[in-house]
Amino acid sequence: MADVNRGNRPLSPHLQVYRLPLAAVTSILTRITGHALVAGIVLIVWWLVAAVSSAGAFACADWVVRSWLGFIILTGAMWALWYHLLAGLRHLFYDAGYGLEIETAQKTSQALIAGSVVLALLTLIIFFLF
Amino acid sequence: MRYITPLKAAEGLGSAHEGTQHHWAMTVSAVALLILTPLFMITVGRAIGLPRELVLAYFARPFPALITALFVIVGMLHFIKGTRIMIDDYFQGGVRKGAIIFSVIFGWAVIAAAVYALARMGLGAIVVL
Repeated sequence: MADVNRGNRPLSPHLQVYRLPLAAVTSILTRITGHALVAGIVLIVWWLVAAVSSAGAFACADWVVRSWLGFIILTGAMWALWYHLLAGLRHLFYDAGYGLEIETAQKTSQALIAGSVVLALLTLIIFFLF
Repeated sequence: MRYITPLKAAEGLGSAHEGTQHHWAMTVSAVALLILTPLFMITVGRAIGLPRELVLAYFARPFPALITALFVIVGMLHFIKGTRIMIDDYFQGGVRKGAIIFSVIFGWAVIAAAVYALARMGLGAIVVL
C-alpha cells in the first residue's frame, strides 16, 4: 500500500478559523446591517400605528422609543442605515466594474467604517442640538 | 458558424433573456433609497419625542407623510428582495420556501401598518377648520 499522507494535508480556509480580510468583513456587514435594520423600522412603524390607535398605546410605544432600549435600537439602526447606504453605494460602483482591485477594496472598506461612524455621530449631534 | 458575437448574446437581459430583474430591481430601489434615507432620517428625527397631538399633526403634513410612506414602501420592497438572496444562500427545501413566504408577508404587513397609520393621520389632507 502506498505511503498515504494522512492528517497533514493543507486545509482550505474554514470560516471559523480563517481571519477574513477587511473587504470580506465589510461585505458581510452589509448583509447583517440590512437585516438588522428591520428592528428599527418595526419600532418606528409600531410607534406610528400606536399614535393613531389610542393615548394608552402611544404612551407605551413612546415610552419604549424614548427609553434606553429604544435609544440603543434607534441609534444602532441609524448607524446601520448609514453603513448600509455607504456599502450599497460602493456596491453600485462594484456592479459598474469599479473599485474591485484588492488595494482599492481595502481602502473603501476603511472609508466605509470611518464614514458610517462619522455620519452617525453627526446625526446624533444634529438630533440633540436641533 | 455563428455570426453573433458573445457581447450580443450577453448584453441587455443576458442570453437567458431573464434572471437579471431581481438585480435590477435592487439597483433601482437602492438608488431611490440613497435619496430617501437622509430625508427619512430628518423627518423621523424631528418627530421623535413629540407629544401625541404634535406627532399626529406632524405626519398629517404632506412632506413628512410622503417621505415616510415612500421610505417604508421602497425600503420594505428592498428588504423582501434582499432577504430573498440571504434565504437562497443559507436555506434549502421547505425551510427556504417557508422563509421566503414569511419574508414577503412580513414585508407587506409592515407596509400596510405604516400606510394605515399615515392614512389615519390624514395623508396630507387639507383640513378646513
